[in-house]
Amino acid sequence: MKLELRGITKRFGSLVANDHIDLVVNPGEIHALLGENGAGKSTLMNVLYGLYQAEDGEILLDDEVQHFAGPGDAMNAGIGMVHQHFMLIPVFSVAENVMLGHEQTRFGGTLDLAAARRQVREISARFGFHVDPDALVGDLPVGVQQRVEIIKALSRDARVLVFDEPTAVLTPQETDELMVIMRQLKAAGTSIVFITHKLREVREVADRITVIRLGRVVGEASPTATNTELASLMVGRAVELTVTKDAATPGAPALVVDKLSVIDVDGQIVVNNVSFDVKAGEILAIAGVQGNGQTELAEAILGLQAKVTGEIVLDGVSLRDKSVRGVLNAGVGYIPEDRQQDGLIAEFTIAENLMLDRADGAPFVARGSLRLAYLADFAAAKLREFDIRAQGIATHVGRLSGGNQQKVVLARELSRTLRLFVAAQPTRGLDVGSIEFVHTRIVETRDAGVPVIVVSTELDEVVALADRIAVMYRGGIVGIVPADTDRDILGLMMAGDTPDSIAKQKGAAA
Amino acid sequence: MTATTKSDAPRPSTTPPAPDEEQSSQFQKYVRDIMGGSAVLSVLAVVIALVVGAVLIAVTDPGVQAASAYFFGRPSDTLTAIWSAISGAYAALFQGAVYNFGAADFLSGIKPLTDTLTDSTSLIAAGLGIALSFRIGLFNIGGQGQILAAAACAGWVGFTVHAPFPLLLILALLAGLFGGAIWAGIVGFLKAQTGANEVIVTIMLNFVAFYLVSYLLKVPVLQAPGSTNPQTPPMLPGAIFPPLLGPNYLVTVGFLFVVGATVFLWWLLNRSSLGFQFRAIGDNPRAARTAGINVNRLYVYGMLISGALVGLAGANQVQGVITTGFSSGIDSGIGFSAITVALLGRSKPWGVFGAGILFGAFQAGGYTMQAAQNVPVDIVLVVQSVIVLFLAAPPLVRKIFHLPTPGSTPKPKQKKSAPESAPKAEIVQKEGAAQ
Repeated sequence: MKLELRGITKRFGSLVANDHIDLVVNPGEIHALLGENGAGKSTLMNVLYGLYQAEDGEILLDDEVQHFAGPGDAMNAGIGMVHQHFMLIPVFSVAENVMLGHEQTRFGGTLDLAAARRQVREISARFGFHVDPDALVGDLPVGVQQRVEIIKALSRDARVLVFDEPTAVLTPQETDELMVIMRQLKAAGTSIVFITHKLREVREVADRITVIRLGRVVGEASPTATNTELASLMVGRAVELTVTKDAATPGAPALVVDKLSVIDVDGQIVVNNVSFDVKAGEILAIAGVQGNGQTELAEAILGLQAKVTGEIVLDGVSLRDKSVRGVLNAGVGYIPEDRQQDGLIAEFTIAENLMLDRADGAPFVARGSLRLAYLADFAAAKLREFDIRAQGIATHVGRLSGGNQQKVVLARELSRTLRLFVAAQPTRGLDVGSIEFVHTRIVETRDAGVPVIVVSTELDEVVALADRIAVMYRGGIVGIVPADTDRDILGLMMAGDTPDSIAKQKGAAA
Repeated sequence: MTATTKSDAPRPSTTPPAPDEEQSSQFQKYVRDIMGGSAVLSVLAVVIALVVGAVLIAVTDPGVQAASAYFFGRPSDTLTAIWSAISGAYAALFQGAVYNFGAADFLSGIKPLTDTLTDSTSLIAAGLGIALSFRIGLFNIGGQGQILAAAACAGWVGFTVHAPFPLLLILALLAGLFGGAIWAGIVGFLKAQTGANEVIVTIMLNFVAFYLVSYLLKVPVLQAPGSTNPQTPPMLPGAIFPPLLGPNYLVTVGFLFVVGATVFLWWLLNRSSLGFQFRAIGDNPRAARTAGINVNRLYVYGMLISGALVGLAGANQVQGVITTGFSSGIDSGIGFSAITVALLGRSKPWGVFGAGILFGAFQAGGYTMQAAQNVPVDIVLVVQSVIVLFLAAPPLVRKIFHLPTPGSTPKPKQKKSAPESAPKAEIVQKEGAAQ
């Protein structure tokens, strides 16, 4: 099916999220929609899927103008969406999830589960998905859950499939498998819109690439374009994707983590017997697919986890039994993974957020009162130093872009004298310009002799920043390897293989 | 090995169980939503309520009913009757609450205004306490219980301790603040230690306070000696708030205390370290915790101060309003009206002050309205209730007046696309970065 978008314009108040966007996706084509976060990709797809109504422009399927009042209309017209966050019910079986929303019934309104099972088996066999219709979705690995989403869309005769950032939650291996699936779907005549901001995947699988920036189509490219060309189209200037940094000059081990385990509120062991150390002036990157205990490990160091066993020692002082306040006072700086939930108070001004973790003493508080004049000077200086783009220090942080919000967090944490810096997903959701800024600051912190832990699920970021890489899988550390380790090996480690076993496999193969 | 013995003892839990955190954050979100509206919304809610009140006055007025019987014959009669009913009622309300134009001189003409201040004193004090709890993200609806606890403590000191005038007044007042603080502090403590839902606990403590005070009024703790009525003896003269503007007016120094309390709360919230932390846990407890703020300890502090402010209302009730001995109805529904006052004032100290004055005016003017125009005083209650209704539903008010929704960009469903909802700054930033 041929999909055509003509002059789609979508405004939110005074903001134009999509500005006369034209897009043609031919039958049996994988069309990549490339753009930074906030460029307007998701808005465009939500317009296509009937979730938003465009102010202007039209959607055509096989040259017929469509009017979608909601996702139901879009689905009936043959558009399927594979959401970034799966829209599946974990306690339902695969077949139940697939039939959800267009349940077939037999006499008396009983559900025709058998038909749904048949459908799952049939589609699964056609594309070699290996999905058991009776498995509970909650028990399935993330990659398989994504296939269930695909089956669900196909079961509704979707002939245009939209993949919204499908690889964000996948391991490199699962990503490769998804690429295979996308090629199969294409071969079967399905048109695919592939939304992403990862250049490598685009070049691997796409037939054509449309680049969107600030709500407009800024260009088309072929998959043969180089990374640098694509990146400069995305951000409107040439960028360096690698971080320029000198070789580390690590000192003595500053942070020593020994046999650390964390039990979460549900009684699950989320970090299992983890031991490592970080030397002064070194970046240890903790890699792994989201949800393998990295978050909890970082939180445990900060004193945010309730049930922690083992030992965390910074410069000879145990952090394990300290409160968050005590850990911060010991000189730990922290960029939380979810800056909007944990890092900032959206209703507070930039200035107020800058004093958030020093709200009860010097330098911002004297005899119980806030030193507002001092805070204003401090905030104004940090605004300049960290290049925070805002009207002023009284701007509410909730009104800032993600990049500027992260700079506020960074400014706050790096303004203290640090003995350890923990950055969890420091560039998640940021544009390329802000990513570069954050990376530079992290490297500068390292070069000042501070031990740094960077938790990241982005392999590019891990490889760019790390001096050593620890890979986590299911709460444990699979191995700690040098930064120049081959990406394939890192990928296998993220799927749970130890470096030794990988070496053995390689030896056996050779 | 010491490491192993140590590792057997997990770090003591500093968080309430997660499910409750979820629940209360829902509540907090709702409260924030209500508070987040502008002062304009508050004013509009009052306007709508007055319009609804006017409709009720018109339809219940006998003159209007009589004239409407021949509406199609002479519609002007009906309209005139409606006008005179509504204008008469609201004029009477105004004369009863602000200035009596029929009075002989200015000093007696101004008496209604001082009555308004008298009636608003307890409302403002309790409203400030409730507002503080809202600001820290707790829904304290235990005003009634805290007022009763405060009244019992202040009253007991006020009629048993024989001390000279200013000393006894201060002692009784402090006892009242203490009583309110403890009653609310229990809630903060339970919330911090066990994650108990403060809404349920405060409601239950209202009942506990009511029946406890009722019981104490029947035994010689609070009961007047030699009496069988469940009522206390009168306050000793030394405990009674002296009149503020001389013996001709009812308003007492209690109003001064309330002004002081408003200034104090303004300073606390906007200028103090403690208040900064209160606002932080109220707006985003997770970020506050991550920033090293001890959320649970602050819940206790916050509820103690909140209760003390409500306790000021309780003390004012027994030392300033009903000094001749009180019964278990001493709270006069102020504990609940205070919630409305706090909401109407958007939980800002001076907003609460203004809202308290408005409600005091309704109360003072309501009786004049009833006496002069024969309009049932219940109309005032309806007006107050309609205000609550519209405050609790900001979108409704916006719809009626076609106001834009604040931050009217609909939130995209997925977190990843969140920057798309607020990219104005981002665009600026990117263009800047591109240079």
